[in-house]
Amino acid sequence: MSGPSGTDGMSGTGEPSADHPDVILCPGGPMLLRGDHVVQDEDGNEHRTWRPVSAVCRCGASAVKPWCDGTHKVLRKRGN
Amino acid sequence: MLTPESRGSLSEVVFRAMRTGETSGLAEAPPSDTAEDAQLTLWALYEQHYRGFEDVSGELEWDPQLIGVRRGLEQEFERTLRARMPEVPEPDGFAEKFFDFVADHDGPSLAAHVHRKATEEQVRELLRHRTIYHLKEADHTTWVIPRLSDRVKAAVMELQFDEYGGGDPNLLHAHLFVRGLEDSGLDSEYGAYINEAPLEVLEENNAMSLFGLNRRLRAASLGFLAAFEATSSGPSRRMAQGLKRLGFPESMIEYYTEHVEADAVHEQLAVRTICGALLEEEPDMHDDVYFGAWTSLDLEDRYAERMLKQWAA
Repeated sequence: MSGPSGTDGMSGTGEPSADHPDVILCPGGPMLLRGDHVVQDEDGNEHRTWRPVSAVCRCGASAVKPWCDGTHKVLRKRGN
Repeated sequence: MLTPESRGSLSEVVFRAMRTGETSGLAEAPPSDTAEDAQLTLWALYEQHYRGFEDVSGELEWDPQLIGVRRGLEQEFERTLRARMPEVPEPDGFAEKFFDFVADHDGPSLAAHVHRKATEEQVRELLRHRTIYHLKEADHTTWVIPRLSDRVKAAVMELQFDEYGGGDPNLLHAHLFVRGLEDSGLDSEYGAYINEAPLEVLEENNAMSLFGLNRRLRAASLGFLAAFEATSSGPSRRMAQGLKRLGFPESMIEYYTEHVEADAVHEQLAVRTICGALLEEEPDMHDDVYFGAWTSLDLEDRYAERMLKQWAA
């Protein structure tokens, strides 16, 4: 992977380049989206992201879908 | 903000020295009378590094005598906090173990009380106490940023940028709280309610500053952040529902609904891309991450216990 700091995989401070994916699937949790996206929910409504990182519900139980509200943790605790 | 009313011999002597600038006698300052006296003194000494006091010269921010008093108080405070710590999980599989550690912690819930039972007056008291932190929300984490590697620093900024409204002052979380306070007929001036802040609120605020202002405690600061974020979404929803039940203005409800969504993102970032990355680079900081996390959970419990007992809920 190369970046603006060069092709040797090192930044100016001598640290190796880090992974920085656009999408992160959190085990047992939401999907994190970096940057601007339009997310279409299950009913076909479109929602534009506006945070630097947004969390999209993957457990289906969020009260603020398509976004995550942490409800997956309650399901996990109940053992569902 | 003016220096607060003193609550014992130590705070009286230290606040007088701060106001007059005559700090040379502080080497012989009396011991604190109570934990509250010590914590209020420490809070005021830390506050010099945030917004300061109108009746104290900015020259005193790094006054060696005042820093000396602060060092003594924070060493004692850190010992107290460490002595309260339970055993921590094993270091493997950090993120899942950390979320379990937080989920398994069953403390008393102020949000549950606000949701169903609290009176308007109780909620107004709670909001006044919350001003001590919410009006400088996220600032304690900002102290840590220059002390981190490139990777962890960028990860903290990704979260902090959202706390600070993505650069829009109207969306800054602390400012959303200002609007909510004003619409609720409460004073939004920074530090307005410090004289009624109980011991537990002072301890919570001082722990954030202790971790943020001491480089060696950077892992505890990020662990505090992670546990704080991981216990926010659900309680924020209940707070919003309780405020709605009691007819609080929309702006105050929105402060909490914003935290339902924002902190569902922040908890993932704080645990995975921030603490997880820090521990990949510096595994020996594992216990300090949990020290910070435990402190966050435990101090909020202590505050909740106090208030629920006071309200006899």
